[in-house]
Parts: sequence; C-alpha cells; structure tokens
Amino acid sequence: MNGIPLLSIILLAPLVGALVIMALREDLHIRVVAAVASAVSLVASLYVYANYDNARGGMQFTETVPWIDQLGVAYSLGVDGISLPLVLLTAIVIFAGVFASWTGIRERVKEFHVALLVLVTGVFGVFMARDLFFFLVFYEIAVIPMYILIAVWGSTRKLYGAMKLTIYLLVGSAFLIVGVIAVFLASGTGSFDIATLASVQYDEGFQKFAYLLFLFGFGVLAALWPFHTWSPDGHVAAPTAVSMLHAGVLMKLGAYGLLRVGLWVTPEGAQAWAPLVATLAVIGSVYGAMVAMAQRDMKFVIGYSSVSHMGFVLFGLAGINALSLNGAVTQMFAHGVMTALFFALVGLIYDKAHTRHMPDLGGLARQMPKVAAAFVIAGLASLGLPGLINFVAEFLIFVGSYQVYPVRAVLAVSSIVVTAAYVLRVAKWVFFGPPVEKWAGLTDARGVEMVPIVLLVGTLVVFGFFPSLMTGLIDTGIVSLLEHIGPIQLGGSF
Amino acid sequence: MVIDLNLLLPEIFTGLLGVGLLVLFFLWRGEGVVRAIGYLAAVGLAVAAVLAYGTVALDTSTLQGTWLADPLAGYFKVVFLLSGVMVALLSLSYLERLGESLAEFFILLVFLTLSMMVVISAGDLITLYLALEFQVITFAIMIGYRRREGAATEAALKYILLNAFSSAILLFGLSLLFGLSGTVDISGIAAAVSAGSPQPALYLAVIFVLAGLAFKVSLVPFHMWTPDVYQGAPTPITGFLAAGSKAAGFALLIRLFLTIFAPVSTVWTTVFVVLSVLTIILGNFVAVPQTNMKRLLAYASVGSAGYMIMGLIAADVTGVEGVLFYAFMNVLAILGAFGVAVVFANATGRDDIEAYAGLSKRSPLLALVMLLSTLSIAGIPGLAGFVAKFVIFWAIIDKGLVALALLGVVMSIVAVFYFLRIAKVMYVFEPKEETPIRVAPAARIVLVASMVLTLVLGIYPAPPLDLAREVALAVLR
Repeated sequence: MNGIPLLSIILLAPLVGALVIMALREDLHIRVVAAVASAVSLVASLYVYANYDNARGGMQFTETVPWIDQLGVAYSLGVDGISLPLVLLTAIVIFAGVFASWTGIRERVKEFHVALLVLVTGVFGVFMARDLFFFLVFYEIAVIPMYILIAVWGSTRKLYGAMKLTIYLLVGSAFLIVGVIAVFLASGTGSFDIATLASVQYDEGFQKFAYLLFLFGFGVLAALWPFHTWSPDGHVAAPTAVSMLHAGVLMKLGAYGLLRVGLWVTPEGAQAWAPLVATLAVIGSVYGAMVAMAQRDMKFVIGYSSVSHMGFVLFGLAGINALSLNGAVTQMFAHGVMTALFFALVGLIYDKAHTRHMPDLGGLARQMPKVAAAFVIAGLASLGLPGLINFVAEFLIFVGSYQVYPVRAVLAVSSIVVTAAYVLRVAKWVFFGPPVEKWAGLTDARGVEMVPIVLLVGTLVVFGFFPSLMTGLIDTGIVSLLEHIGPIQLGGSF
Repeated sequence: MVIDLNLLLPEIFTGLLGVGLLVLFFLWRGEGVVRAIGYLAAVGLAVAAVLAYGTVALDTSTLQGTWLADPLAGYFKVVFLLSGVMVALLSLSYLERLGESLAEFFILLVFLTLSMMVVISAGDLITLYLALEFQVITFAIMIGYRRREGAATEAALKYILLNAFSSAILLFGLSLLFGLSGTVDISGIAAAVSAGSPQPALYLAVIFVLAGLAFKVSLVPFHMWTPDVYQGAPTPITGFLAAGSKAAGFALLIRLFLTIFAPVSTVWTTVFVVLSVLTIILGNFVAVPQTNMKRLLAYASVGSAGYMIMGLIAADVTGVEGVLFYAFMNVLAILGAFGVAVVFANATGRDDIEAYAGLSKRSPLLALVMLLSTLSIAGIPGLAGFVAKFVIFWAIIDKGLVALALLGVVMSIVAVFYFLRIAKVMYVFEPKEETPIRVAPAARIVLVASMVLTLVLGIYPAPPLDLAREVALAVLR
C-alpha cells in the first residue's frame, strides 16, 4: 500500500476542491464539489482507519519528502493511534458540515466553501504532520480562514467574536513559535522532525520553560480555563458548519498539540506542570457547566458545554497514565462528534425559526421529531450515558485521573450532574413543553439536512456499542507514548 | 590597468536604458509614447535583473576597489531591479493620477533604480555618499511629482530636508572613519580599524553612521518623515520607498556594520536592540488607529524595519540570511499591498480605508491580494513573511534573546489586528457603490505574480533561502 500517498490525498483533497470551486459559478456545482472533496477525504480516512495495523502500532502510512534542507524541514506525514482517530473525526465533521451548510448558506457560497475547505486542510495537516515546522504552518492555516468565515457569514456580534477568537489564538501561537524555535535550538539536532526532537534528553529547567510556552499556546486553543472566553463567543458568532468544525475539531488541535508536542518532547515539563493543568481543567469543567446552566441562547449552552467537556480532556491529559490518556483521546473523538451534532441541530432550528432564544421556543418535538430525537441522543451522550462513546471516554478519564488526583476527580465528576441538568433543561424548553402557535409551520429535517444527523448519530452509536473499535486503536498510540516518556510519578498530594 | 567592464554590466545596461528612453522621448512625441516608454522601462529593468542575477556568484572588485562585485551587491541588485519592474508596471495604472510629464516619470524611475545599484556596489566612502545623494535627489523629484498638490510638495520638501539632515550626520560619521584610517576604501578602513584596539572616535563614528542610516530605513525614533512622505508621494513611489529604498538601507547596514564596525559589535548590537524594541512597538501600535491606507502601510513598514534590524543584532549567518530573505519577501508583500492601493486610487481617487468597503465584491482579485500581502507582512505561517520572521527569530533566540523574540511575535499579532480590520472592511462591509473595479493588464501581472510568489514561498521557500544563505556566508567570510 506504499504506492498511493493516502495521507496526502486526505490532506490535499479539500485544497484541490477549493481550487476547483474558485473556477465555478453555479451554487449547486460548488456545493457538490465541496461534498465530493470532503467525501474523498472521508473515504480515504476510513480506508486508513480500517487498514491501520494495531499490532504493529507507531506511525504508519508515512510519507517523507525533504523540503527545506538548510532548516531541517521535511514534508513528512504519518498517523498513529493518537492522530488517526482525530483525522477520522475531522473527515466526518467536514463531510457533515458541507451538508449542514447546504440550505443555511445562501450568500457568497463560493467564498464560504473555499474558506471552509482551506481551513480543513490546515486541520488535517496538524493531525498528520510529523514535522514541527509544518505542524505550525498548518496550525495557523486553520486560524485565519476562521476569521473570515465568522466575520462574513456569522451572527450575534460576529465581528467582535471573530476578532476576539483570532487574537486569542494568535497570541497563543506566538508562544508556540518561540517554544518551537527554542526546542529546535536546544536539541542541536538541526531537524524539525518531532520524533527526532523527542529523542533528545533536555535538562529539566528547559523542559519546564518550554512546556509552559506550549501549555499557554495550546491551552488557549483547547479552551483551558481562564483562557477560554474566546470560545463561546466564537461558537455563537460562527455559522453552523464553522461552529461544528470549531468546537468539534479545532479545539482538539490544542489538546492534541499538548499531547504530541508538549508531552512527547518535554515530558518532564509536562510532569512538573500537570497538577496545575489538572486544577485549571477541573475549574474549567465545573465552571463551564455552571455557566451553561444560566444561558438562554442555545448556542451559548453548547459553547459553554464545550468548555466543560474540554476540561475533561485536559484533566485526562494531566493524569499522564494509560487510562487517563486513553480516555482523553477517546473524549476528543467523542466530544467532537457529539458537539458537531449539537451545532448541526441548533443550526437547523435557527435556519427555520430564526431564533435560538430558548424561552421563545417550545414543543418543537411535534413538528420536528427527527431533530428532537437526535438532540436527545446528543444530550444523552453529553451527560455520559452508557451505550454511547462518550461514556467510555469519561469513565476512562475519571478512573485514570482518580488514581492521581482523587479530590479533583470527584469535583470533575460532579460537573456531569450539572451537565445532565442543563441538557435536559434545553430539551424541555425547546422540544417539549406546551406547543407555541408561532412555530406550528416549522418543518422537520429532510433530504440533505438528514445527512449530518444520520452520519453523526450513527458514529456516536456504533462506537458506543463497540468502543474497542476506537480504544484499541488509541491504546497503541498511548502505549508507545508511555514507553517513550518512561515511568512518571504524579500526584499523591490531595 | 585593466578594467573588467563585465562587472559593471547591469549598471551600464541600466544607464543606457535610461539614456535611450530619454532619446526616444525626444525623437518621438506621438500618441502612446508614454505607455511605450513605461513598458520599455519595465522590460529593460527585467533584463537588467537577469544580468544582475548573473553577478551574484562573483566575489571581486575593480577600479582599484572602488567598485565591488560581490554576492551581497548582486543579491540586492536583483531585489532593487525586481521592485523597479513592479513599480514601473504599477505606475502604468496610475497615469491618470500622475498629472503631466508622464514619460519622464519612467525615465527617472530607471535612474533611481540605478542609484540604488551603485550604492550597494560602492567600495569606497566617496562613491557611496555620492550614490546615496543621487538616490535622495531622484526620490525627492518623484515624491513631489504631482507638484500641483499641496501634500505632494510638502512630502517632497520633508523628504529632502530630513534626508539632507541625515546625510550630514552620516557624512560626519564617514569623515571620522577617514580620520581614523587615512583611507576611504571600505576594506582598507576595516583592516585599519580591526588592527588596533578600538578608539573612542570609532564609537562616535558608529553612532553617527547608525543615526544617518536609521533615517533611511526609518527606525524609531528616526522615522518621523515616513508617514507624511508615504502619504503624499504618488502611490507607486511610496511602494518603491517601502520596498527598494528600505532594502538599500539595510544592504548598506550589512555592508558597513558587519565589516568596518565588527570589532565594536557589542556596542551597536545593544543600540540596535533598543531601536528594534522601540520600532516594533511604536510602528505597530501607531498603525492601529490609522484611517488612511497609505499611512497605515507606512507604519507597518516602519514596523518591518524593526524586525529586519533583529537579523543584524544576531550578526551571524542565520541573521543576515533572515534580513536578505526579508528584503526579498518585503518587495513582494509591500508592493502587492501598495499595488492594490495604486489600482484602487486610480479608479476611485481615494486612499482612506473606509472607501475599501465591500472591495471583495467590486474586485475579488484586489481584495485577495490585499489580504494575503498584508498577512504576509504580519508574518502569518503559510505565507512568505512567516519564513522571513521565523529565520530572524531563530537567529536571535540562538543568541539568547528569547524575550525580544517573544515581543516580536506578540507585536506581529498587533499587526494582524489592524490588517484584519482592513479585511473586515473589504469582506464584511457593504460597498457604497457596486461598480466593479477593472484591473489593467500591467497591474494584473504584478498583483498576481506577487500573490502567487507570496503563497509559494510561504510553503516552499528553499530556492531563495538557499541563495540568501550563500550570500550571508560570503558576507561574513
């Protein structure tokens, strides 16, 4: 299978799609090309997923082309048990996202799809890059189109939300650039290859310094409390497909970076800062859930729930043991699918009712039974009901982290109770309760609108009933990570 | 004495081009002569750029050391000539705004490019100073070209007065160097200076030369002339100031500070650190409230100088390589941005940012070029500007100046902030009028070429970066 550069196909299909779209005029043609381009990525991702050899583990489907010799930069791609689930997630969410924009985006369709596909190219690139220089480049390619997408096609304080998001993320990446150059110079290897950089034993003081830069840089994107405020504002302002990608995939870039670069390259730094990360993560998850409880705009509820759930991911990362890391990666995948589904449904309702203000809505389950059913499934996933993949993820995180931070783990678990409360409250307000005359004419999801719903619900259920399909893969990545960084003793303080 | 005229081939060609165009203009006063001369100037400068590229590999001198033909000179000549070609093509889209005496504009442009080429090939202080004055006077004429407009004459006067001032300071510094070494030959001075222990007069010379050149590249606090001059000058010339003139200043800084002043580098690196901090902070923050496109780009260009000077602070191969690549990418990015301003001003007669509302609907090409060029100046990864800044940050972090690098990156975010405001105006706001803006073929070539190169070099910068490294190695040998 070495003949076909599958990862390059996944990476470049959206970009080629964007270039083709630039030459098109008809809106329908543009949508079809975007769907085809993302379908190519999805099929290729599924193929890679099905053919990844769990027994062998490590980086597979690798591609390497020397790029800038004097800087030690190479175009090198590869996936392992940590990145492959996220590549698959990205492919699923963008495919769903193109269909979620099918009826919602009516103006400047061409520019929208070009920006969307360029953004996704950046996201794929981050998850597949084995070279730190390319990692950075892809990371930022994912940020700038986001500004345009939110500022042009967004709603609710879109200019403010877009600028806030961009500035936060760029400040974060400023620390990353300095951290990356510092690690590169300290390693003395003259290469940006992540595995090469990770093979060097840096002294402890430097590791603490470098990991702090990474923690801040990636933490902003992962919505680490208290650097999370851009995220709800950005989610609310963004158009549906962008919210889906953003909450579903983009925030995972931050957590992935902490894992791939922070933990892998500077493990002692990660160890030193882990208790702090754990504390902030728990605060974020509890605080996010509480604030979600108080919202009246549906998108703000989902936005703050993302902050809360990303807190779980970061809490798992801070545990640094096999169970908690396994759970963190599973949670990244599970939360990505779930939150994309949430945003797709909210977008559908908003496109039809032109409001997201919950007290105005009510009894929509009568007119929109399919949307209501999907929403309830997403809600149950959100509160960690067994039978859906999210349960597996959260279970692993809490069991793993409890061994290290028992008190904080109990606090984090408590936020699930709050999650249950706000999810059920949304369902009650929007879908159940007395019917409102004004909304009698709303129609249920149909035709292409069903594509994202079926795809995302299906993913949640399939992996929920057969979690080993996902955790077996993730485990190979975590095992090799832990072998690389060696035994780490953590916690015990409280 | 044998004079190898091949070493002067690009200059001889460019000089003949200018004279030839002048003669052509006297002989043929017919319809379309202006456009013909404009295109001939562009093509001629492009040919000269090819000739200059052939001299990059040389490392020799002629006319008893007066004329240097080394990699540094060759590299920067290509940069000057490329910006000359782009400015000539852009000026063809600006004729309606230029007033009368149009053909002379292109002829002066050729001579202006020639003056920069002489600056960087000058091997002794006399030639160097004369070439600099040649450049200043030609620039002054071109800045004040729209002589019936108050802003233009004011800009020209400001430019010539402040440059006379800075030239005097520079000249004093150069005279100290002559006094110290008894020669005007640059390599001779370098040998004399490094022979003994540094004398106090050398420190004085450092300060005077530095102040004189800081004016030319507009480092804060020597930048005051920049915004007014940039705003008042015809927009293509503003672009040439920001691309060519800035590169010429940095070429000279590399030439003098890494040879003559190398023994006292601890002194001037400290000064450069202070200037760099001031420049990137002030240049970027003052750009934020600007409402005029040319003024905003002027402050952004001030900020760029603050990043380029960091490469000299590092004073090693990586640092010089960064400055060289920065100068090249700056030509593409800043002339892309000013190119959009040229076409836009010619079509609408306006320079204020507000007028750019809804540009993406009136001309998608102009809006896209502006977006990518400005983001490249800000240093967003995936675009050429990032590679330049990356190399420079690498160089200074290697020297232990992590805080300066961090400040540099954070100030880039301020740049992103004000450039995204332009993006917002172009992409989000509704246009006041819907009439599409037509982009003439000559300008279209420049805009598309600069945009494509900015994108390609952002992903695959290896060829020019390798060239820059070879030049940097030759400089520091």
